[in-house]
Amino acid sequence: MRLHELQQNFRAWLTSESAVDFGERAKPGLAVYLNNYRTQLLSCLSTSYPMVRSWIGDAAFEGAAATHIDRTPPHSWTLDAYGLDFPETLDDLYPHNGEVGELARLERELGLAFVGSDALPVDPSSLAEVDWDRAIIQLVPTFTLLPVTTNVGALWSALHNQETPPPAMRLPEPAHLAVWRDGFASKFRTMVAEEAAVLAQIRGGKSFGDICAALVERLGEEAGPAAAGAMLSRWLTDRLIENISATLS
Amino acid sequence: MSQEHRFGLGLRKPHYGDFLDGPAVPVDFVEVISENFMIDGGKPLDVLRRVREKHPVALHGVSMSIGSADGLREDYLQRLRGLVDAVQPLFVSDHLSWSRIERFNSHDLLPLPYTAEALDLVCTNIDRAQEAIGRTMLLENPSSYIAFEGAMTEWEFLDAMCSRTGCELLLDVNNIFVSASNHGFDALAYIAGIPARRVRQIHLAGHSQGRELLIDTHDQPVPGSVWSLYDAALKRFGPVATMIERDDDIPPLGELLAELDIVRGIADEQTRRAA
Repeated sequence: MRLHELQQNFRAWLTSESAVDFGERAKPGLAVYLNNYRTQLLSCLSTSYPMVRSWIGDAAFEGAAATHIDRTPPHSWTLDAYGLDFPETLDDLYPHNGEVGELARLERELGLAFVGSDALPVDPSSLAEVDWDRAIIQLVPTFTLLPVTTNVGALWSALHNQETPPPAMRLPEPAHLAVWRDGFASKFRTMVAEEAAVLAQIRGGKSFGDICAALVERLGEEAGPAAAGAMLSRWLTDRLIENISATLS
Repeated sequence: MSQEHRFGLGLRKPHYGDFLDGPAVPVDFVEVISENFMIDGGKPLDVLRRVREKHPVALHGVSMSIGSADGLREDYLQRLRGLVDAVQPLFVSDHLSWSRIERFNSHDLLPLPYTAEALDLVCTNIDRAQEAIGRTMLLENPSSYIAFEGAMTEWEFLDAMCSRTGCELLLDVNNIFVSASNHGFDALAYIAGIPARRVRQIHLAGHSQGRELLIDTHDQPVPGSVWSLYDAALKRFGPVATMIERDDDIPPLGELLAELDIVRGIADEQTRRAA
């Protein structure tokens, strides 16, 4: 048997337990490799999604993990990438419990932020000379916005603190969770639709002046700039901003 | 190349605090799993930077898949090169095994047949890897649970591989013991067949008895059988960097340092006998 064919056959054994002809003596060894393969992937999912495991329980988690391992063989060289699509498997398995998939997405984004690119947040005391009309705000590279329809933020916090979690419930209106890393700690907070929309525009390259103008149009001459200022202040406190590029010439 | 004895440990998360904040840990080097640090940023890389300020670091990979029939992944090699440049490691190693074929990656160290075709393929992949990372690679003998029909023994394969590529060896003495037990070959004949001047590093670890096979679990102390084989290995290879590799059920650092003292004792005895 040529090497390529041998490796394809071995893959078929691991992913679907398809019969392979490696001889009778290979059978105990094949069982060891199959066990190693599945145990490793289960361990990876369990390590990546501890809050989901706490929320749905060990038996349900292991059942979901087994389904995911059956339908989604790993393809990346890094085990960190295995499980990035586990939330979609959970969506399928829990179609009437939207918080399960959303909790998994929150854990996924927190995990990605943990090993994302480093960035030093901008020092607020360095902003005296900024021309705010032309200012382009650059968010830290780990920043992401996660749309949610359930109270997963509260669920995650309770589970993380080993407190009794609240019942899962749908939010009155869809919201977003902002996820980013501050120093070495991944963080998140809930954002109302307006703030999330503004941050999405900032990520798209819109200047702070244009953001303010849009807010003035919608909220008025006084409330628009006040809302923009309050958001900017919060982003600086949250250490969400890496750089503000346009300054007075 | 003449070498010195060096004594090291695998750096594992439960011991980060000991290495970073406690008194100096009495090791000559630490080894890390390369892929854990082939990331963009964050705390793991900061830990590695700070440990590197105190100790030489060996990079030990588990995902290069040097035996893949369809070659190596360039994105993997680029990432590894970046880490090598940043760490300036003592050694860069991976395993004589395969993990990936096409878009499937098993994340396990799967066995190769020791055939002329596999040797050609492995040598081509090692040449590419060494070119990409700008370093001589160390290849580790795997523990295995299947032995394919092949034209040569594992040690003959390793010898030919080193001759053709210039790569060197990380010899895992526990893996020799496990594979010898599972496949019925003589572990001492294996050590006698290894090209001694290519051995740059040794791993020591523990294993478990499975239903029919020994399993390379790395979850318990080095057993007497592996210590005996290590003694025989040092007799043949002379001074070489040796470390305890513990991956599961990780004990307090003091227990691993005590095991490392056993390594030092065996090495000292070998030096005394050789004098």
